[in-house]
Amino acid sequence: MKRNISRLIVAGLIAVLAGCSTTGDKQSGDVAVEDRGTTTDGGAVTSGAYGSSDFSSYSLTDPNSPLARRVIYFEYDSAEITSSDQELLVQHSGYLVANPGQQITLEGHTDERGSREYNIALGDRRALSVERIMELNGVLPEQITVVSYGEEKPAAEGHSDAVWRLNRRVEIVYQGQ
Amino acid sequence: MLLLAAVRPAWSALTIEITQGVEGAIPVAVVPFGWSGAGGVAPENISAIVSADLNRSGRFEALPDSDLVAHPTEGSQVQFQNWRMVNVDNLVIGKISEAGQQYSVQFQLFDVFRGNQVAGYSFNVGRQDLRRVAHHISDLIYEKLTGERGAFNTQIAYVTTSGSTANKTYTLLVADSDGYNPQIILTSKEPLMSPGWSPDGSQLAYVSFENKTAQIYIQELRTGTRRKLVSFKGINGAPSWSPDGRSLAVTLSRDGNPEIYTMDLKSNALKRLTNSAGIDTEPVWAPDGKSIVFTSDRGGSAQLYQVPAGGGQARRLTFEGNYNAGADFSPDGRKIAMVHAAGDGYRIAVLDLGSGNLRVLTDGRLDESPSFSPNGSMIIYATGAGNREELAAVSVDGRFRQRLSLQAGNVREPVWSPFGK
Repeated sequence: MKRNISRLIVAGLIAVLAGCSTTGDKQSGDVAVEDRGTTTDGGAVTSGAYGSSDFSSYSLTDPNSPLARRVIYFEYDSAEITSSDQELLVQHSGYLVANPGQQITLEGHTDERGSREYNIALGDRRALSVERIMELNGVLPEQITVVSYGEEKPAAEGHSDAVWRLNRRVEIVYQGQ
Repeated sequence: MLLLAAVRPAWSALTIEITQGVEGAIPVAVVPFGWSGAGGVAPENISAIVSADLNRSGRFEALPDSDLVAHPTEGSQVQFQNWRMVNVDNLVIGKISEAGQQYSVQFQLFDVFRGNQVAGYSFNVGRQDLRRVAHHISDLIYEKLTGERGAFNTQIAYVTTSGSTANKTYTLLVADSDGYNPQIILTSKEPLMSPGWSPDGSQLAYVSFENKTAQIYIQELRTGTRRKLVSFKGINGAPSWSPDGRSLAVTLSRDGNPEIYTMDLKSNALKRLTNSAGIDTEPVWAPDGKSIVFTSDRGGSAQLYQVPAGGGQARRLTFEGNYNAGADFSPDGRKIAMVHAAGDGYRIAVLDLGSGNLRVLTDGRLDESPSFSPNGSMIIYATGAGNREELAAVSVDGRFRQRLSLQAGNVREPVWSPFGK
């Protein structure tokens, strides 16, 4: 089981890094993952960082676990996920693959600039890009609920760049936690 | 009556302050109305309400009480030469009398230079309608003197928030256009947004997250009865009524990404109007019902597009600036107000559809949610750069400004009602 998960994750990560901007539907995305997984051993370059980790042993309640980090931040008007956040999502995905009964909600948020409904759409786009990486890493679509709050639920109040940076985010909310 | 007054949320009343007046506003003398009835004063100060209305329009300047040279309450008492000497063109007088449970309100508008009556009406109403009568008098004066319909007897829907970041309360309210008489439509611990008036002013559509996901509701204002209209997977947002009241344009992401749909309110049948890989949202109907303007980032940045209401090719409308979103049509269909950014803050701009000219009307950093008054003379909007979110209004020519704020808490998403019946 553990080997399986690791392979999936590595394969998923490669797919993510290689095709971050593809807009194909979930099915074609899944196919791409399998193809790459069987043909690319050069994935070692990226797998080194977490190849030896036992993902399924992370605890949701351990504050020192990587899973304690549940917020992904974004640039202005962007839904692009940084490579370090992609690593974090791979770790969350590992947990969710090992615990298929665990449900999460991905909450998309934006800063306050611009019109409110446009920001709902932007927050949705951010949450969907997180969802896509998780599904590429084997998380079942049934495990994930996506909701965008746009600018309606800021994490911090104020009108500065520092505040806006904190508000452009996706929060990974584990159900029952 | 007492009980009703007690549940009225005084904290949520908007206070209006004129921040930029207009040179050349027409002087009007509104003399305090006479009162015959129990007690020393009438239950509502109608002349004060009328004066405030006229000042708030930016088109008139009501004389302060101290500048009034006389206090006539009937036509026979008016000495025109006194008013000519202080250069007042227009004089409003009136009186209120108590008659059982009813009140009789009489008013007259005089042209001081011609020395004649321009308008004169009398109304019989109950206590609760005295403010409405005052606004109606303001409308009559405004229309007589400007030739345009007044919009004083209208309402504004808006959303307030109070409480801490972690424990917010969201409230949807409707108040008179002068900020008085706020009525709570809905209160929630989850976000409420995007209120939209039905064309007859009897209902509001809005988005509520009360079930931890965006859902569109329609609520009848008089009874409070509401129904959940759409709750598909993903975004259900940006409701906008068609001018005939039969359909709602909405944003749904049920097919993968946000697209514009129209929904027939009888059959609930959906028709998809857009099909792009990017964001399509914030639909608004043109007043003639033939087209819908919406925000899309299909060209790389948020811009406004127009599509036939029955479906078809979308045409880009905005080209200036890197962000144009959140459109609202002027009632005559000739202009579109929007949130506009060109690198130095988010402002309210108006696009003249005939000439293609874009005019930036405000200078805030975080202005949004523009909404035209039903007579097209003013635009109300939200402005958020200060310590608190407030509302502001600007005349369509940009010359006259006012600020609408709450005693405490934030206020946002103002939407001006249509004309009352």
